[in-house]
Amino acid sequence: MSQTYATILAEERRGGMRRAALAAIVFAVCIAALWITGFFDGRRFAEGLPALGQLATEMVPPDFTRWQHWLKPLLDTLAMSIAGTVLAVVISLPLAILAAPNTSPNALLCQVTRTILAFLRSVPEIILGVIFVAAVGFGALPGVLALALHSVGMVGKFYAEAIEHVDPKPLEAARAAGATPMQVIVHSVLPQVFPQLADITLYRWEYHFRASAVLGIVGAGGIGFELMAALRLIAYDQVSAILLSILACVVVVDALGARLRKALK
Amino acid sequence: MLDLDNVTVRYANRVTALDAASASFPRGQFIVLLGPSGAGKSTLLRCLNGLVRPTSGKVSLEEGGNILANRAALRQHRRRTGMIFQQHHLIGRLTALQNVLMGRLAFHGTLRSLLPLPEADRLVALEALDRVGLADRALHRADQLSGGQQQRVGIARALAQRPVAILADEPVASLDPATADKVLALLHRICREDGITAVVSLHQVELARRYGDRIYGLAGGRIVFDGTAAELDAVTLDRIYGPASIPSVQPGPLQTEPSAARLKMAKTA
Repeated sequence: MSQTYATILAEERRGGMRRAALAAIVFAVCIAALWITGFFDGRRFAEGLPALGQLATEMVPPDFTRWQHWLKPLLDTLAMSIAGTVLAVVISLPLAILAAPNTSPNALLCQVTRTILAFLRSVPEIILGVIFVAAVGFGALPGVLALALHSVGMVGKFYAEAIEHVDPKPLEAARAAGATPMQVIVHSVLPQVFPQLADITLYRWEYHFRASAVLGIVGAGGIGFELMAALRLIAYDQVSAILLSILACVVVVDALGARLRKALK
Repeated sequence: MLDLDNVTVRYANRVTALDAASASFPRGQFIVLLGPSGAGKSTLLRCLNGLVRPTSGKVSLEEGGNILANRAALRQHRRRTGMIFQQHHLIGRLTALQNVLMGRLAFHGTLRSLLPLPEADRLVALEALDRVGLADRALHRADQLSGGQQQRVGIARALAQRPVAILADEPVASLDPATADKVLALLHRICREDGITAVVSLHQVELARRYGDRIYGLAGGRIVFDGTAAELDAVTLDRIYGPASIPSVQPGPLQTEPSAARLKMAKTA
């Protein structure tokens, strides 16, 4: 009896040691990353802190006198976030169906679609923004295209993952009743994943609002454009006012997203 | 009449689930496939509507020939053949009615079915739910129904196809005995009334005896018995369930955690 216990406990100890070794490696990698990026250079922090303090004092009090000029850009940003989400969803859904192994017509197509999604993900939207501004000119349109294209990579992947983990049993039932492959997807897969898809979409919308503010910096319309202008004028009190306006909108958008998510459960 | 002719099914992992099985399912009969789990009952049932393709052998309809002849033939055959599953295979967040409507999908093209199905189909579905006594639960979510009710929704989904045959894969295995009996009695009565051919897999000898017009006994992928309930004697049961077993009284060995003592025995052995 005791011999068995000893073997089991020895096995358990070996597992514990493996975990400890793994933790040590992870810790070392984290420290190395901080060191390489200069985090342990105390002098730079010592010099940087006063500069940061200086900037902070210039930011208060925030200067809201130009608020009327920000309303339209904020509205543009909101419209960009919604339009970008719509476009992303419309393109993502068919791609996700191709990228999920359980709905994809064949393995090769599945792999190709996954690669396309990975590629779209890997191009940051700010780069896409620069490209589209060069292609179609300043304004909200290049912003929307940049948001949508980058998001397709992200949303498509998340959609595909949701579809992949669908319960296969109702699919078999639909197939047994004579449903076509497309009918199985529309009537058995999508109803199952609808709450997850809605969730992903709403998170993406919230993200789009924040991201479209940044996109304005490269000339892709919206409030980011105003932010960049204020930064160029070194009007930090206006910069802080704009940032606070964006924050207020983000809070509203996130709250709205949360409300919608609950309603769509 | 549905015919299984010398059908062998070998899965990718080289397990032979069905070994040269031949059987026929005459119209209007209530036929039970009896056997322990792993005997090949599910595979046989799934061959009958093409969910599993035989490695060799043929599945055919008296009037329509090989059910796997082409895509249209298979779809036509599946449309006329309802299927009921052990775990109901419903979509929990849809209503009972929406689940039953799945049985009407094959009556419409892919494009048409993107729109809500016509009123006539909704009536067929509701009628099917009424048939199993659940018309008043039509708008409840499937996951809010009890196990017995969920299986009745499963039956209604099959009935909504206005089927010629129904295949039922352990339809009552996940229900308590009293509910199991009620659900099976319901299925039996409906098939009788409508002249539907039923192929039902079960592992309870008692239920097989009570409802089967004819019983096929399966063991290890082979059909080892073909006869009526009266012919199902102790010797036959031995062939199906292995010697010295009385499955109606003794369900298989319970899965229990091996004790330390047994562990040691296994190691020293």
